[in-house]
Amino acid sequence: MTPTDAKRPLQLNDQGQLRHFLSLDGLPRELLTEILDTADSFLEVGARAVKKVPLLRGKTVCNVFFENSTRTRTTFELAAKRLSADVITLNVSTSSTSKGETLTDTLRNLEAMAADMFVVRHADSGAAHFIAEHVCPHVAVINGGDGRHAHPTQGMLDMLTIRRHKGGFENLSVAIVGDILHSRVARSNMLALKTLGCPDIRVIGPKTLLPIGVEQYGVRAYTDLAAGLKDVDVVIMLRLQRERMQGGLLPSEGEFYRLYGLSEQRLALAKPDAIVMHPGPINRGVEIESAVADGAQSVILNQVTYGIAIRMAVLSMAMSGQQAQRQLEQGDAQ
Amino acid sequence: MTLPDPAVLLAQMAADLRAHLARRGIHEPHFVGIHTGGVWVARALLAQLGQAEAPLGTLNVSFYRDDFSQHGLHPQVRPSALPFEVEGRHLVLIDDVLMSGRTVRAALNALFDYGRPASVTLVCLLDLDARELPIRADVLGATLSLAADQRVKLHGPAPLALELQTLAASH
Repeated sequence: MTPTDAKRPLQLNDQGQLRHFLSLDGLPRELLTEILDTADSFLEVGARAVKKVPLLRGKTVCNVFFENSTRTRTTFELAAKRLSADVITLNVSTSSTSKGETLTDTLRNLEAMAADMFVVRHADSGAAHFIAEHVCPHVAVINGGDGRHAHPTQGMLDMLTIRRHKGGFENLSVAIVGDILHSRVARSNMLALKTLGCPDIRVIGPKTLLPIGVEQYGVRAYTDLAAGLKDVDVVIMLRLQRERMQGGLLPSEGEFYRLYGLSEQRLALAKPDAIVMHPGPINRGVEIESAVADGAQSVILNQVTYGIAIRMAVLSMAMSGQQAQRQLEQGDAQ
Repeated sequence: MTLPDPAVLLAQMAADLRAHLARRGIHEPHFVGIHTGGVWVARALLAQLGQAEAPLGTLNVSFYRDDFSQHGLHPQVRPSALPFEVEGRHLVLIDDVLMSGRTVRAALNALFDYGRPASVTLVCLLDLDARELPIRADVLGATLSLAADQRVKLHGPAPLALELQTLAASH
């Protein structure tokens, strides 16, 4: 095994193709566009009577979820199955780790089952990166969300949603609203929007839920919802992540809803054709009014459909990048 | 080597296709072109047949290829679009260049995921005489035998033109 070249990002192979998908940080615009274009093609597959293609036939994809998830887990599972892979899903939170097994030992066991790809969700930031560094070569690792750090497939499915509803990113104003501090979705979205050339990215929330120095992402921070929503094209609402909150960050949910909840009235401040997004699960009456969540401007359920296509794109691209790398190394060895 | 003129080939191919379909008793088949060159050839062929307005299905076979790790997924290729039912219908499948036969194999698999066609007739502009699979065209423009380092590229969509390319010496 060759040591990882420090200059080469862990998630790309020698030809710049995806081999792991851990974070959107540092990925070039061309690669993000390639993911979106590939996902567009997979949307067509999802609309057919036979929603299956043979790209990952004979491969084993292992979903390892150290943290609860419904949407992400099931859409990854569906994506892998539509690519004809064999899929195992492990909810490790209820499994061996509670019996004292270490992360590395769990991994070695999964490797012994000849898995070709791991989809990992973990409550600790950096877990997917750690696994990608320690997994045996040629196994691809996909980050299904790690702590507060990143949720890159959610970021990309949000970008696909925006591109399909707004045509592009060049002239858009996008507002991300709510619990920015605990949100890996917000981080992935800010990075993706910046890379794809969105000129006006706003984050809106109470000071206690805005990360210090959030401006380094090239965004403008607002604590006033009305000012932040003015004339935006896209509103991305975030879930209030009470399970990650320690201490008194919020006076009460009622107070939060009064100041930052998205009501029809407040949505009227955005452009008339603005779309409303939410990564789910939504808390009705906490960050979003039911009338908005179910309204004509809501694309929340479209996001779920697009999520399958994005995950199919990322799974197939990473597998292809791993195989190309293996062929390259075999060629070098000869 | 001088390459044939696609316009000349297409006139003969249209006549051959008519005769082939008549012999098989196939009426009003649906046409499907394989992205990207096959779609160009299909449109030109439909124009030759006087059916320029007929619906044309387009097929992206990247997801069905056996060599996607070597060539990638070609996301710039547009998604498949078949504006008609495949189930029980006669199809005419069109590609520009038949080489190993792997593209056609992938295209057949893709088509069968849309339904079970009554028949598939294969039409190709060129056969490079390099088959790796038992697949040959029912209607063919011309056969070319190229040197190992030569490839032929179709330019289009209109006018169609063929170009001979020599691969750079492999590393």
